[in-house]
Amino acid sequence: MIRKLMPFLSKYKLAAILSPLMMVGEVFTEVRIPILMATIVDEYIPVGNTQNVMETGLLMIGMALMSLCFGAMGSYFSSKAAMGFGAELRGAMFSKIQGFSFSNVDKFSTASLVTRMTTDVTRIQMAVVMILRVCVRAPVMFVSALTMAYSVNQSLIMVLAFAIPVLAIGIAIFMSMAYPRFIVMFKKYDKLNAVVQENLIAIRAVKAYVREKFEKSKFAKVNDELMEFSIKAEKVMIFGDPLMMIVMFSCIISVLWLGGRQIVFGQMEVGALTSFLTYITQILMSLLMVSMVFVMLVMSKASAARIVEVLEEESGLKDGEKMISEVKDGSVEFKNVSFRYNSDSENNVLENINLSIKSGETIGIIGGTGSSKSTLVQLIPRLYDVTQGQVLVGGEDVKDYSLEALRNSVAMVLQKNVLFSGTIRDNLRWGDENATDEEIEAACKAAQAHDFIVSFPDGYDTDLGQGGVNVSGGQKQRLCIARALLKKPKIIILDDSTSAVDTATDAKIRQAFRENFGHITAIIIAQRVTSIMDADRIIVLEDGKINGFGTHEELLKTNEIYSQIYYSQQKGVEE
Amino acid sequence: MAGPMRGGPGGRPGGFQKPKNLKNTIKRLAKYLEKHKLLLFLVMLFVIFSTLGNVAGTYMLEPIIDDYITPLIGTNPSGADFLPLIKMLSVMACIYVVAALSSFAYRRIMLYVSQKTLNEIRGDLFNHMEDLPLKYFDTHTHGELMSRYTNDADTLREALSNGVVQLFSSTVSVVSTFIMMLVISPILTIFIVLMLVVMLFCVKKIGGKSAKYFKKQQNALGAANGYIEELIEGQKVVKVFCHENEAKAEFAVLNEDLRHAATKANTYASVIMPIMGNLSYVNYAITTTAGAFLVIGGMLKVGSVAAFLQYTRSFSQPITQISQQFNTLISAIAGAERIFEVLDEKPEVDDGYVTLVNCTVDENGNITESEKRTGTWAWKHPHSDGTLTYTLLKGDVRFHNVVFSYDGKKTVLNNISLYARPGEKIAFVGSTGAGKTTITNLINRFYDVEEGKITYDGINVKKIKKSDLRRSLAMVLQDTHLFTGTVRENIAYGNFDASEEEIENAAKLANADSFIKRLPHGYDTMLTSDGANLSQGQRQLLAIARAAVADPPVLILDEATSSIDTRTEELIEKGMDKLMHGRTVFVIAHRLSTVRNSDAIMVLEHGEIIERGNHDELLQQKGKYYQLYTGQFELD
Repeated sequence: MIRKLMPFLSKYKLAAILSPLMMVGEVFTEVRIPILMATIVDEYIPVGNTQNVMETGLLMIGMALMSLCFGAMGSYFSSKAAMGFGAELRGAMFSKIQGFSFSNVDKFSTASLVTRMTTDVTRIQMAVVMILRVCVRAPVMFVSALTMAYSVNQSLIMVLAFAIPVLAIGIAIFMSMAYPRFIVMFKKYDKLNAVVQENLIAIRAVKAYVREKFEKSKFAKVNDELMEFSIKAEKVMIFGDPLMMIVMFSCIISVLWLGGRQIVFGQMEVGALTSFLTYITQILMSLLMVSMVFVMLVMSKASAARIVEVLEEESGLKDGEKMISEVKDGSVEFKNVSFRYNSDSENNVLENINLSIKSGETIGIIGGTGSSKSTLVQLIPRLYDVTQGQVLVGGEDVKDYSLEALRNSVAMVLQKNVLFSGTIRDNLRWGDENATDEEIEAACKAAQAHDFIVSFPDGYDTDLGQGGVNVSGGQKQRLCIARALLKKPKIIILDDSTSAVDTATDAKIRQAFRENFGHITAIIIAQRVTSIMDADRIIVLEDGKINGFGTHEELLKTNEIYSQIYYSQQKGVEE
Repeated sequence: MAGPMRGGPGGRPGGFQKPKNLKNTIKRLAKYLEKHKLLLFLVMLFVIFSTLGNVAGTYMLEPIIDDYITPLIGTNPSGADFLPLIKMLSVMACIYVVAALSSFAYRRIMLYVSQKTLNEIRGDLFNHMEDLPLKYFDTHTHGELMSRYTNDADTLREALSNGVVQLFSSTVSVVSTFIMMLVISPILTIFIVLMLVVMLFCVKKIGGKSAKYFKKQQNALGAANGYIEELIEGQKVVKVFCHENEAKAEFAVLNEDLRHAATKANTYASVIMPIMGNLSYVNYAITTTAGAFLVIGGMLKVGSVAAFLQYTRSFSQPITQISQQFNTLISAIAGAERIFEVLDEKPEVDDGYVTLVNCTVDENGNITESEKRTGTWAWKHPHSDGTLTYTLLKGDVRFHNVVFSYDGKKTVLNNISLYARPGEKIAFVGSTGAGKTTITNLINRFYDVEEGKITYDGINVKKIKKSDLRRSLAMVLQDTHLFTGTVRENIAYGNFDASEEEIENAAKLANADSFIKRLPHGYDTMLTSDGANLSQGQRQLLAIARAAVADPPVLILDEATSSIDTRTEELIEKGMDKLMHGRTVFVIAHRLSTVRNSDAIMVLEHGEIIERGNHDELLQQKGKYYQLYTGQFELD
């Protein structure tokens, strides 16, 4: 995993290398200072050499300032490297996701992709900061302090031979105990958040059924659970500090006792004892630091795995080998097409579809929920690849086009459509960056959006807010249609795109389509028969198979499903 | 560690904000902590024990070496009296054990106190949220409210469990160390104080910069995260429009901004540690030099210098900690303030006093209240003169000249008058934004009318207790929301007292029974994340079953069948007919075929009823309804 994330540091290699080097520099200068102090106390004070005291004192200050510079530089370089790393990672993930096919996006779900790009990246970024600052510094500190301690007194080092394993085993024990408990705690967190989220979304249902009390008790339960398991998890971590204190204090007392005897028996000097105590503190502290970083790495492991998963995801769609860059006309042909979303699933969603649509034709598609209407049309701009068979647009297999050329010629208004924050004009320009105001207006007029747009105080410059919150559902759908029209496509697909538009407006949109965009192949999916009955031909889908294909009149006579839908919707009109 | 960089999705940009009313917020926090007064007192006690134990232990080093070890040097190894040394070391061990145990004790108690307090705050927050009027949810995003539970509550917990105690223990150790230093050498202490001024100056300078860049970073993070969220949310549209490269370019700019701000913020935040640490070494050097001069001048003992040096080291660490904890505390208090802001929002007022009770009716039509579940309901209406009247629950709803606006400015409903007699089916027709849904939301008092009044069985709905009013109405909404739980539980949401049989009958009525039985565990199948494993149509069938099990006299169907295709709709129509039978029903539908058999159809436009009548009457009028209805054919 580390190997896969390392390359993102390469742009900031220099900073990433300099940072630990600076830290080592800081350690080396820092370690020298107590020795200089010892020199002053042990050598210069007894002889009263003020000159030497002054010189050494200044040297110490100089050392401290140098160490300060090293430390500050280390902080800067580690920040630069880690934040740069984070940015590189985010950028790479974003680009990767932009290259995802629909099936890739479906696989991860948008919410999870967002979390991976935000929370997970932040967590990894902080882990990198810690690694750069501590991973070299602590071991260097450990080794140099240990060497120093060894040079001061070989026999007292035995104390450490007891202390280090005790501390290490202690840390290992409570970390291994804490880890599963923290996992449980995080799950409880998710549960609590889920209850809140659910209540936010469904507040109307809660209030309509007077279920506030019930929801409150539900929340109280998860809230108490969270508390209980948080305490269970953190309880273990609490042992860390006292353990450290006990080990440290035991060391100090043992050193005082053993070292004190050695001094009494003339085997050691007082100054040596004091410095030995300092080194013990440093050794144990660095050990604790390493364990802290270790905890952090373990905690961020899950995040790293989630990021790598995104980066390693193979985009399901690739540009075709032929890379045809021009779609000839708006004809569409399905040859023995079968499709399933997931190769593991047993059933085909579309089964052996054969159909041929001429350029400029208007085709309606109707069928019950789950009859795969949307799936069928999504194969045309190659949002998904067929499992078997072939889809041809303009006489060529869709796989032979460059994706951009294909999708620029096939405009699609999705069922679940999205507008982005920015003005109406900004959003419409998605269809054509260089569209003139006249072109924009014309498209909006055809989509019956112009009138309501100009009724806004800011007209086309009205800010839509995130997700287009400032317009109603029907208005949003009309804007999406205008946006698609601006692409000047050869084929336009409307996937139930006028469901929130009232019947009269819906009719006007279709009329405008016929009058102004007759040359464009239009494929319209609808629930309402009226939205498609004037199409040139109508496809009736049932359970992923074509049940009927023909004009309104033909189908009415020959197709049972179609006539059933028609009469259920039209009942009473003729009376 | 993860704290300052949080504020992920939904987190407000610029999360680092100073509290507006520090004093008030602290006071309110104190109220939560007050319950644990005794425990907090113990915490303080243990903190003092632990800190003083540490300081005392360090202090004992010098006398142990100077008075108990050095004097023994040169004595005969066999005759050396180690007993005093052993005694002193035992005392030291005792002090250390007490310090370690105290440290454990206060952490353990504080863990409980902080978790318990957060538990209470979260609970209060949720309970209050449930009571807020719908208007509040209309004007606040989910992300905003969510981050009260996540970001704000987390920082607060972190600050409570670590920050407050550390601040206290740091203060104790600074003060006690300072006193010790004064005892040992007032002259050297002056140097320390001077150095302290320099240190505090650095802390203030860097802290200020750090806060500034931190705010910048949060803004940049908010912008980048917002963009990520929006673009990934709309990923399919991006693909359809081949907008990938533009998206990448736009993101690159935001990403670079974030990198810049984050590097600066992180540098300033982390640079404070080495600066303070090394300044304490400068301090150390100055003390050594000055101390050496004092010793040479005969004004100080060598041992005192050694002890003093120990203290300079342990002096700077808590100061760094205080400066760091301070920022955490400030942002935690700002978070607490945001939580309290939600708690200060006015809850939905329920001043209704008319309640719904079970009753029995004798042959003379006299109504008697009953404790038992009789299936017959009556409104219990206490009057100001102390008398009680009972009105049978029938489902008669009337609007009298109702005027309404959501914001007090733009009128959404204007002078609406209508009646629905028990058992009648009333339909609302009109374009999006004409006010159809608003009318139904006024009946169950999701919102309150501005002018005019609405009566239910002749009683002004404002006099009826909201919970009872809503219990007498069932709503099936356009968007069906299901809760985590089994299918059975979700249907029973309409009536918790429902028996298994009633639940299954309701499901059969809504034609949901057959698909439920096909689910892996039938009625006990778990639904997760808003019923993601069900189709839109299936979810709506469950919502209808939910309304059926509630068995209210009034039913509101707001586009209840819009996501069910017409063939399925036909299948459930019978069930729907059964459900609607004998109830007052308000229907909002796009499909005119759904509303055709209503007793009265209201055509709404711009918040006014422009036409009313039954289907045939309206067709004869040849008005808007006729147009809408035949509009389907006008292009033929």
